Amino acid sequence: MVTEKDVQHIAGLADVGIDDKELGTFTHQFNAILEYFDILDRVEGNGQATRDLYNILREDEIEPSLPQEDVLRNAPAQEDGFIKAPRVM
Amino acid sequence: MADAEDQVIVGLEVHCQLDTKSKLFCGCSTDYRSDGPNTHVCPICLGLPGAMPSLNKRAIEYAMKVAKALNCEVLNESEFSRKNYFYPDLDKAYQITQYDKPLAEGGYLEIESDEGGERKIRLTRIHVEEDPGRLVHMGNVERGKYSLVDYNRAGIPLIEIVSEPDMRSPREARKFLNKLRATLEYLSVFDSEKEGSLRVDANISIKGHERVEVKNITSYKGVEKALLFEVTRQKNLIRRGQRIERETRHYLEARGVTQSARSKEQEHDYRYFPEPDLRPLRVRSWLDGIVLPELPDARRERFMAEYGCSLNHARTLTGELKLANFFEKVVASDKPGLSPLASTWIADTLIGELNYRDMSLDNVDPAAITGLVLLLKAGTITDKSGVEVLRVILDQLLKGEMAETPDAIVKRLNLAKTAGDTGAITAAIEEAINENPKALEDYRAGKGGALNFLVGQVMKKTRGKADPAELNRMLAEALKKRGA
Amino acid sequence: MADEISFSPDDKYNAFLATCKRAPHGNGKLAGVAVAVKDNITTKGIETTCASKILKGYVPPYDAHVIGLLKAEGAAVVGKTNMDEFGMGTTTENSAFGPTLNPCDTRRVPGGSSGGSAAAVAAGMVRMALGSDTGGSIRCPASFCGIVGLKPSYGRVSRYGLIAYSNSLEQIGPLGKTVTDVSALMGVIAGHDRHDSTSLDKPYNHTPNADIKGLKIGIPQEYFGKGVDPNVADVVKKGIGRLEELGATTVPCSIPSMEYALAAYYVTCTCEASSNLARFDGVRYGPAPDTKKSWHDAYQEVRSAAFGTEVRRRIMLGTFALSSGYYGKYYAKAQVARENIKADFNRIFADVDVIAGPTMPTIAFRLKEKSDPLSMYLADILTVPANLAGIPAISVPCGKSEGMPVGLQIMGRMFEDERVVDVAYAYEQAVN
Ligand SMILES: [Zn+2]
Repeated sequence: MVTEKDVQHIAGLADVGIDDKELGTFTHQFNAILEYFDILDRVEGNGQATRDLYNILREDEIEPSLPQEDVLRNAPAQEDGFIKAPRVM
Repeated sequence: MADAEDQVIVGLEVHCQLDTKSKLFCGCSTDYRSDGPNTHVCPICLGLPGAMPSLNKRAIEYAMKVAKALNCEVLNESEFSRKNYFYPDLDKAYQITQYDKPLAEGGYLEIESDEGGERKIRLTRIHVEEDPGRLVHMGNVERGKYSLVDYNRAGIPLIEIVSEPDMRSPREARKFLNKLRATLEYLSVFDSEKEGSLRVDANISIKGHERVEVKNITSYKGVEKALLFEVTRQKNLIRRGQRIERETRHYLEARGVTQSARSKEQEHDYRYFPEPDLRPLRVRSWLDGIVLPELPDARRERFMAEYGCSLNHARTLTGELKLANFFEKVVASDKPGLSPLASTWIADTLIGELNYRDMSLDNVDPAAITGLVLLLKAGTITDKSGVEVLRVILDQLLKGEMAETPDAIVKRLNLAKTAGDTGAITAAIEEAINENPKALEDYRAGKGGALNFLVGQVMKKTRGKADPAELNRMLAEALKKRGA
Repeated sequence: MADEISFSPDDKYNAFLATCKRAPHGNGKLAGVAVAVKDNITTKGIETTCASKILKGYVPPYDAHVIGLLKAEGAAVVGKTNMDEFGMGTTTENSAFGPTLNPCDTRRVPGGSSGGSAAAVAAGMVRMALGSDTGGSIRCPASFCGIVGLKPSYGRVSRYGLIAYSNSLEQIGPLGKTVTDVSALMGVIAGHDRHDSTSLDKPYNHTPNADIKGLKIGIPQEYFGKGVDPNVADVVKKGIGRLEELGATTVPCSIPSMEYALAAYYVTCTCEASSNLARFDGVRYGPAPDTKKSWHDAYQEVRSAAFGTEVRRRIMLGTFALSSGYYGKYYAKAQVARENIKADFNRIFADVDVIAGPTMPTIAFRLKEKSDPLSMYLADILTVPANLAGIPAISVPCGKSEGMPVGLQIMGRMFEDERVVDVAYAYEQAVN
């Protein structure tokens, strides 16, 4: 069982935001879905994914970077070649 | 030795940029420091939708070299994982790193312990990961206005070396770091001179109390300073009977203090899971093909055996790759003849004079030091003049001028010892005795200070060029002649 | 030699999010062929949104690997097609830019998430289209719209430039009116790409062959059991009957691990999606965050406003499933389940050459028919096993139920895409 508080915590971790109106619906839906996921408790096996590929590596060679204007073109805000972002302090 | 009641316990997590040509997961050049922001980025390291990582082979080879040099066990299978968290410098909102299957585990590094002698600092693991971008904070420290991001650094390959909590003082932490730096440089996988190429998080506690993580230490000297601050802070809290909180603190380099991170940063839930766009590594067998170069410990032993260096000189000279190479160049033409003087002059005098001027060894031509040592060895100049010659050279270099050769400086400043030119010294001695009859009397009366006084007078007259031993001998003779 | 085709379709089904009025093309196997591209495949210079407001206005500075291959063979990329936002849906109703309608019946959905690509082909606006298939997103709309769609073996087509929803499950694949077209498009897009570390050097050079004499077809009971519309099951059984008439034999079989396939699928895709979609914070592209705010607050504002409800639901589900203490219960268990599903398929494929059944349990839903997320998820039950195992699967039209198309799904051994194409081709040739 997840509670509304759990869902709020998860929304915070995922930075998706949640408002009080949605909280009840999401919580209800999550419980139904998570209950369905519980069927995985019955799965048995060793858990190691089999991989057919190992050591996929490239040589240390320089390839062209993007022109700065292409880097900045899609950024909504920029300043002196930097991309503007929210404050962290 | 049992730990004392208030024993300091330190463990380090050291992040070093690997000196590859291209980034860890894309072909962007790692040589970004002199270029403008966001000029070394591509869809991959900018985290553009749809881009996928391709792993740089050399980064893994470099990390394997480090693992072998630090006596680690390379795991049979290792894997990259995503560490999920939001931060504006993190282009994909996850860092590709290694989590439960790191490249290597275990291992150790030997340092000189505070009690003297060597001590093994055990390592927990070594893993490979990508560097995030770089943030510039606009506004002030108390309240930022916004951030500016430069993704040039995003995707630079890092190795994280995690130690066990085996260090017992901030000083040992510094020694560990210096030794680690030297080792990485000897392996040619790391350039310590690149700004920000090394960053350290430290875990520090006082025995029996909670530990504190100090993040964001970006310089070698900063580690000792930050930890000394923490030791004092924690011991003061204990003395006042307060509890030490288990927490993350940031080191503020400019102020030399640590500051508690905000509570939101304390809650970590990184939701690691295997990076589905990369395949696992099985590279243990590569170890056989890795030939390690001579490492600092071996070189230190060799310097003692081959050049007769003292332990301390050997430690200093081999503590930095460049310095060790420099020394060997200086003495190359005559190892047994030059080494005793060269080791002292480089490890003690040159280092001191460079530090005083905040200069790098790069500027100095080993041939100049060889020339200087030859002059000293031949007795052409005194030690005092030797220091003067060295200072002239360094000052000229500092001004960006071509340095004169030691020979030219000696000639220009007329620093050659007057040894051999006994006439001039004899004359100066006679003059000094004649001018100071009181000293002659005192000498006759057996007052020891009189001889030193006369030596000083002669030195003044010969402008320091007289060899002190020779002068002493000649002066004693002259005094004897006068019946003293 | 560069040429152009003009492309101004009457898009009454809302199949396209962007069209190129004049689309350049060159010479090659697809010279001058108009190809529509799902909007989660990156196209240099053409807005690429994943049908999400969070990518509105985003113009990629690079092409997906498959786009380069298309251009190299002379195809004209004429437009970007509608989809469920980031591929999260089974109806194409979860598009921020309105649903696509089913050309067979505009009151119904075209299926999803590659609904725009399927509708564009079904309506004859383009001859072929690219889609992507994470849990059925090519086969479902192919089935609902009455066209052919192939989900290639995992690793055969580069994902470089496919905007990731669930990396370990999805593949880009072709949609077309005929098996021949689908096969031709597959021939162009398959092959190794060094920019995709999961890509394999398995090019596809194949001309469909209708001879299936002696072919052994496994018929899993789970594909005709509970939850499958009996009318749909009947249509598909008749279709399989046609294959028997062509010389194939059928063998009943069972996939016991199907019982937890859907849970394994949804755990895997939501976990991976929660990480893949974290980068959409508005800093490097997308709607501007309020930079005066602290980063978490600013990101929440952008992401709650610009992601649709289903996307936020899946991000939260995945975040929960990966959060501290739950990894073992969910993601790790889901990977074990995948291994079991692979093992089941391997066991069956030791005896049979292909497995056949319905693509979807029902015909196309009516618009807004499915409002509860879990009941919507259940509709993917027949398509997700192929994604979990990585095996190739094709959907080919095999008749109608209630006047709507029904799709026959053929799944094959890993890397035997050619064989599933041949079986679909044999069926198509027999009925036409
Ligand atoms: Zn790059």
